[in-house]
Amino acid sequence: MAATSLLPRRRHPLHWSSPLTYVLAIAVAAVSIGPVVYVILGGFRTTGQIAVDPAGLPHPWVWSTYSNVLQNSKFWYQLRNSGIIAGSTTIGVVVLGVLAAFVLARYTFRGREAIYTYFTIGLLFPAAAGILPLYLLLRDLNLADSYLGVIIPQVAFQLPLTIVILRPFLAAVPGELEDAAAVDGANRLGFFWRILLPLSRPVLVTVAVLAFVASWNSFLLPLLVLQSDSLQTLPLGVQNFSAEHSQDTAGILAFTSLAMLPALLFFSVAERKIVNSLQGAVKG
Amino acid sequence: MTTTEPSVGNAGRATARPAGPRPGSPLAAIRSSTRAARTRRKWYEIIGLTAPAAIVFTMFVLAPMGFAVYYSLYRWNGYGWPTEFKGLSNYFGELGAFRDPIFLDALRNNAIIIVGSLLVQGPLALGIALLLNRKFRFRSVFRLLVFVPYVIAEVTVGIMWSLILLGGSVTDTFLNAIGLGGLVTGWLANLDVVIWTMLFILTWKYTGFALILFLAGLSNVPTELTEAAALDGASWWQIQWRITIPLLGPTIRIWMFLSMIGSLQVFDVIWVAASPAVRSLGASNSMATYMVDHGFNERQWGYGNAVAVILFTISFVAALLFQRFVLRRDVDDARTGRVN
Repeated sequence: MAATSLLPRRRHPLHWSSPLTYVLAIAVAAVSIGPVVYVILGGFRTTGQIAVDPAGLPHPWVWSTYSNVLQNSKFWYQLRNSGIIAGSTTIGVVVLGVLAAFVLARYTFRGREAIYTYFTIGLLFPAAAGILPLYLLLRDLNLADSYLGVIIPQVAFQLPLTIVILRPFLAAVPGELEDAAAVDGANRLGFFWRILLPLSRPVLVTVAVLAFVASWNSFLLPLLVLQSDSLQTLPLGVQNFSAEHSQDTAGILAFTSLAMLPALLFFSVAERKIVNSLQGAVKG
Repeated sequence: MTTTEPSVGNAGRATARPAGPRPGSPLAAIRSSTRAARTRRKWYEIIGLTAPAAIVFTMFVLAPMGFAVYYSLYRWNGYGWPTEFKGLSNYFGELGAFRDPIFLDALRNNAIIIVGSLLVQGPLALGIALLLNRKFRFRSVFRLLVFVPYVIAEVTVGIMWSLILLGGSVTDTFLNAIGLGGLVTGWLANLDVVIWTMLFILTWKYTGFALILFLAGLSNVPTELTEAAALDGASWWQIQWRITIPLLGPTIRIWMFLSMIGSLQVFDVIWVAASPAVRSLGASNSMATYMVDHGFNERQWGYGNAVAVILFTISFVAALLFQRFVLRRDVDDARTGRVN
């Protein structure tokens, strides 16, 4: 359609497209964020307002619901717990993943493909399948009801995908670089530390983002493992808040909105990274 | 790591080398021992660097599945060592999973979610991806907005929609306003409807995931091809249908695989969006919620683990079949198509 334009196209790479494109794009965007906007706006209304007119706008705007949630210490320590768990999981996944992927990408040895295949078994079934025996194992290891009881299994769940994404990237770094490093006196570990790691920063950020989002949003494992109130993460907090305050619709909406906020902020910063990372995963 | 320790294999090889220094000469000893040291060092590195990942993965992903098989043969309250051996009765017995209509409901619900996700999310995401792959102003803003559902935690999504779909809430008001009030039903309470409500919520949530993958795949389609086709007079639709979509094949198949595995473990949304009562009647449960309800909440660990094994087996067999018959072609293509 746009090809009929008489202007040379290359000079206008981002031209206005046909109205139909915009109508469709706006419709899709509206369906995507409509419910989210409803929840955020609902937090500015009273439960009474919502009951009288479910679809209305805030009138008047009420700020106290949000400020109540922000003054609720539970929200803050749940945020902190989520941060600690997701942060530690990310570090664990990246460190263990890149070490294993490095060996599987740049060492030639008997059994290499077997080890790689062994890790990929983890992609063939959902982590949830093993959740009951995993809980029993954690209980017997005295890891139940602790940060580590969530962090270590989440690292384990995320390793297969991480290795599958990292390995082709590490393998694609030209062997000449390794030879040059060897001439300069670096052994293989020196090459890994001084050359390979700096070169792979983009893909490391990628797997880190994926691990962080997966951990931040995870629910089933924390639900079983974290029994103490003081250890609960935000997803557990959202569920508990909505169960405990089931009459306080506005409060639930405000709590839910604030719980969404970190992920949304994180995503708007890292969107390109996430898309690129999945692109890498598709190629591999 | 000592370098002086002689290694039998390498010492033997060194003496066999015709061009090397005389056997037993100091030079040969040094050379063979450094080579041995290097080999040994290589193996230390291989083991040292892969072991942490391999141990964590084995202990917390694979071993639990092995334990599940074992526990599933017992009746067990979770304390001490299981002793009350029941054979396969947790699976096929009078009170076994396959005789429980509620579990069969869970199987059916998982099947609905798998098939429904593939049939609805795939075409929907493909259409949106082709749309958003066109170059137009504010495209990046639209891309950002469309991914929002994918980023929000499943639990949050479930709670959000449960409030939106609550009887007399905004959904019903909206339907009444556009004259479709006759459709209003108990979205989360009507036992015949609730699984389709779940499918709707999951579609809202996960279409964005398919979309991310498809857009990534589309960015790999060389623009030379589409531009050449456009020069030859092909319409936009022809280009999409004959060039872009076929080239997107591998991406679509990988998405199908991931979607299938994901649908098999669906838990969070169902757990929070539908009430436990509706779930326990089998109207909205999934294998995973059934497993946690019975294994964890009711402490029937043997039985719960039997459900875990069933879930695992279905996933594993489906994944292997999919790899064997659908993904294999892509792997072969990638192998022959690789440049170096």
